[in-house]
Amino acid sequence: MENATAPTKNVNSKQNSARRHRFWKEFFTYFYMAILAIIIIYPVLITFITAFKDANVSAFVLDFGGKWTLANFKDLFTTTLYGSWYLNTMVISISCMVIQVIVVTLAGYVYSRYRFAGKKFSLTFFIVIQMVPTMAALTAYYVLANMLNALDHYWFLTAIYIGGGIPQNTWLMKGYFDNVPYDLDESAKLDGAGNFKIFWSIVLPLVKPMIAVQALWAFMSPVQDYLMAKFLLTSESHYTVAVGLQTFINNAQNQQVVLFSAGAILVALPIACLFFYLQRFFVSGLLAGGSKG
Amino acid sequence: MQKKDAKKAQRLSIIPGLGQFYNGQTIKGVLFIIILLAFVAEFALVGVSAFANLFTLGSVSMEDNSLFMMIYGTLQILLTIVFLVFWIANMYDAKHVAQLINNGKKVSHTFKELGANLLDGGFAYLLTTPAYFLMIFTIVFPVLVTLLMAFTNYDFAHIPPAMLLDWIGFKNFTSMFFLSSYRATFNAVFGWTVIWTVCATTLQIIIGIATAVIANQNFIKGKRLFGVIFLLPWAIPAFVSIMSFSNIFNDSAGAINVQVIGLWNTLVPFAHIAPIHWMTDTFWTKVAIIMIQGWLGFPYIYVMITGILQAIPEDLYEAATLDGATVMQKFNKITLPTIFAIAAPIFVTQYTFNFNNFSMIYLFNQGGPGDVGANAGGTDILISWIYKLTTGTSPQYSLAAAVTLIISVLVIGISLIVFKKTHAFEMGD
Repeated sequence: MENATAPTKNVNSKQNSARRHRFWKEFFTYFYMAILAIIIIYPVLITFITAFKDANVSAFVLDFGGKWTLANFKDLFTTTLYGSWYLNTMVISISCMVIQVIVVTLAGYVYSRYRFAGKKFSLTFFIVIQMVPTMAALTAYYVLANMLNALDHYWFLTAIYIGGGIPQNTWLMKGYFDNVPYDLDESAKLDGAGNFKIFWSIVLPLVKPMIAVQALWAFMSPVQDYLMAKFLLTSESHYTVAVGLQTFINNAQNQQVVLFSAGAILVALPIACLFFYLQRFFVSGLLAGGSKG
Repeated sequence: MQKKDAKKAQRLSIIPGLGQFYNGQTIKGVLFIIILLAFVAEFALVGVSAFANLFTLGSVSMEDNSLFMMIYGTLQILLTIVFLVFWIANMYDAKHVAQLINNGKKVSHTFKELGANLLDGGFAYLLTTPAYFLMIFTIVFPVLVTLLMAFTNYDFAHIPPAMLLDWIGFKNFTSMFFLSSYRATFNAVFGWTVIWTVCATTLQIIIGIATAVIANQNFIKGKRLFGVIFLLPWAIPAFVSIMSFSNIFNDSAGAINVQVIGLWNTLVPFAHIAPIHWMTDTFWTKVAIIMIQGWLGFPYIYVMITGILQAIPEDLYEAATLDGATVMQKFNKITLPTIFAIAAPIFVTQYTFNFNNFSMIYLFNQGGPGDVGANAGGTDILISWIYKLTTGTSPQYSLAAAVTLIISVLVIGISLIVFKKTHAFEMGD
């Protein structure tokens, strides 16, 4: 009798410990994820709801009480230069996006598909240039802008953004073109298609997702940048959103946190939406680029 | 057909065009000779004096603008390099074409053929030219100017054209390392830059890997929702988040002091915490900046690692389980090595990014509080110090250029070593 029950008991306790083990594993997993989620959402939510608060809030905290209003958004466009900042940012970002995407797509295609004299040498040039942070020339930009009378002008700033993004993005683009099978080119060539036709109607349609990602990044880098814009734009009406928003909060005596929050939402919301829409493409693109070079 | 001597063609092309004539490519030869003549003329008319001016940086103040001389001199250097590249390519071309003729291949003689050849064989050069043009003028040229500037005495006391600039050799560098006032500032700023880079990036990587490993378990429900939440800090523009945090950490009105510490004190009254001076105490600003960078930077790592984890074959873990491996053993022997093998270059770019993360430092507390001399605040890193040296009331351009050079050499050197070690840039054609 005893001999018969002993093994069953053993199995039972083993099952129990496995169940307990699983419980704690799930408990800690969800606990970690919940805490992390709270830490992420808390500051985002504070900024979000402050945008709808009355102008004389006393503290920058999470508080659902009090009066809710849309007046801040109206004030943003009537009493501050936010409208021009937004427009300036769009002009710079869109020019940067269009030009950089064209240049990078062409160069990436060539490096993926062609063998030509000096290819290895110029690829090495790309790699070294890629490591030079654009900021390495900070002082020179300032002096050059002064000399060319380009201080406070957009073309100079935009050119720097475009040039700065080219090396790295060309690499990523090359990696993505490499994934398009060469057989496609070969068969098109046999059918008598020229260089341009192969590029335009065979290969290009297949890399559309990556082009969308490149466009997002090229668009984002001017929006995200504070340093160059602050450095090279001097009059307040020429600021970009990043530089402009900072003027709302950099004066400790007169912080306009509600205006800041409203302005922050208007710039962060569309960008976050684009980000989530394009996210699945750029994760695979980045991984391909990161592991293959 | 008569055999061509490839070596002779190449030797003849020491004067561009001659080798092409020898190969019978008259039009190409004429074009190349025109390029040669144009460069020689430019060099004789402008180049020589540009180089001379670059050497002397001018002799009469108000008349000679040293800064312009330096910039034109740099342009002349670039132009000369471009010509040298053309010169070498021209010799290579002469040899190559001669070999083609010997092998019985057709080469282009007329204008029409040359044009077609350029569109076909030259397609590659045509399409990469814009990229090179932009990179040379927005990266290479400014970097060269910075390089030269670091060896001059360009500062608030020497502003052209009223004053002349002079070459002063390594004085900017030596004063940074040996002059007591600058050395103290440089050491303080550099030390904090290294601490900041290591702590913030490592924190980012640890949270990123932990979150990826934990959130990738099969039993989890609501993966999509958590996925969106965890990506939020990456999706929101960093400058918006940093400025929000700068409000949230405000000493008197910020959410951390008012709400979080308030909540803690009501929940755990026996462990009372006083409000923390996040913005006015250098130590606490540093703590805050590192924590915020962990918040901002972990999603990128998390996404990358998740992608890598999903590519690890499941049977690897099953085999390890059958062999009696514990969870920790599986993590240490399978998960971590795979992650590091693939993601090492990504980690390095994160370190170099934070090394120059101007926005985080400047937008949170403008490099303050405190003062470590020479315009630098208590939490300034090298890049924000450069910004202050250049835009301050008494700008120190050449010193800023010298600091910039040091940063670049460090960043490029470390990247090169690691990329080489991890073979991230193996160039398969």
